Amino acid sequence: MTEHAHVEEHFAGSNKLFISIWGWLVALTLVEIFLAYKPMPIHLMLLVLLGLSIIKAALIVAYFMHLKFERVSLILTIVPMLVVCIMLLFVFFPDSFRSAGLRYKFKETPPVAPAPVEEP
Amino acid sequence: MSTEAQVGHFPAVDWEGGALPYRVGHRKLGMWLFIVSDSLTFSALLIGYSYLRASNVWPTPFPFYPSIVFSSVMTFCLLSSSLTMVFGVSASSRGDKAKARKWILATIFFGAAFIVLHLIEWNHLIHEGLRPFYLPEHWVQAFTTTDGVPPSPLFGATFFAITGLHMFHVATGAVYLLVVALRVNKLKHEDIEISGLYWHFVDLVWMFVFPLIYIMSVDVGHHSGL
Repeated sequence: MTEHAHVEEHFAGSNKLFISIWGWLVALTLVEIFLAYKPMPIHLMLLVLLGLSIIKAALIVAYFMHLKFERVSLILTIVPMLVVCIMLLFVFFPDSFRSAGLRYKFKETPPVAPAPVEEP
Repeated sequence: MSTEAQVGHFPAVDWEGGALPYRVGHRKLGMWLFIVSDSLTFSALLIGYSYLRASNVWPTPFPFYPSIVFSSVMTFCLLSSSLTMVFGVSASSRGDKAKARKWILATIFFGAAFIVLHLIEWNHLIHEGLRPFYLPEHWVQAFTTTDGVPPSPLFGATFFAITGLHMFHVATGAVYLLVVALRVNKLKHEDIEISGLYWHFVDLVWMFVFPLIYIMSVDVGHHSGL
């Protein structure tokens, strides 16, 4: 246990700071709910909501999860890798717009489900 | 302890006291790596949901009451639970284990409130007729576009999968915190901090689920079919 001896049990940040972070998080949530009833183009709405969510996530990670007060090497190990991986998940996304354009446009009646095929 | 003496002779030891390069214990590093992998799971689910949404006619059926009121109160519960958790970790760092236990129990209370409210909200939707692969009949009528394209029945699948997986994380976290609260005197401060990391992560995920699933699906009257 000698290697643990020099690890200080220090948790930076006062309760006042945490309450103000909580206040910001609640306020940003109220802004989101307000925006839900504000008529605006869906792409702009998505952009604003995701921006607010990223700000809220950053506040939680930095202060509540305490990452702001950790060593920079830990932050550099965790954050850039995660951001790059999430970016890579978007690789397939443009395909969704293509498949939206391929949608079958039927005018009169919705298609009827095909009759079940009899197994021989 | 002879191994420790040998380390000094090892030529590759060229960083200062290099036992803890990140200055966190191996358990805490492990939790951080788990959180990274779990955030990729949720990212994949939310991006998959967005993909389906962009390539289909998507219903936006949520009324102000009950859906938005319930989900907003749930958000408030989770945010408050994060605050009580951080108070608990803070108390534990000062060595005040009894106070830490009380704050952790308050956290569990808010987590349980979240689950109860979420199940009531699910129950509303199930009663309305929403299923993983079917929409309620009146949603289909309301959200079919002018050229006759019906809304995607995958709304239910994505909704129940994403909120369900999140609810499972909250439930797991509540059990985890209960164990931590019961054993608080035996645990080191860092172990309590690690349970806090997990709980804050569950809160963080909801910060993306709430706008993308709920706020983006508010029924505002004009049905464009997007």
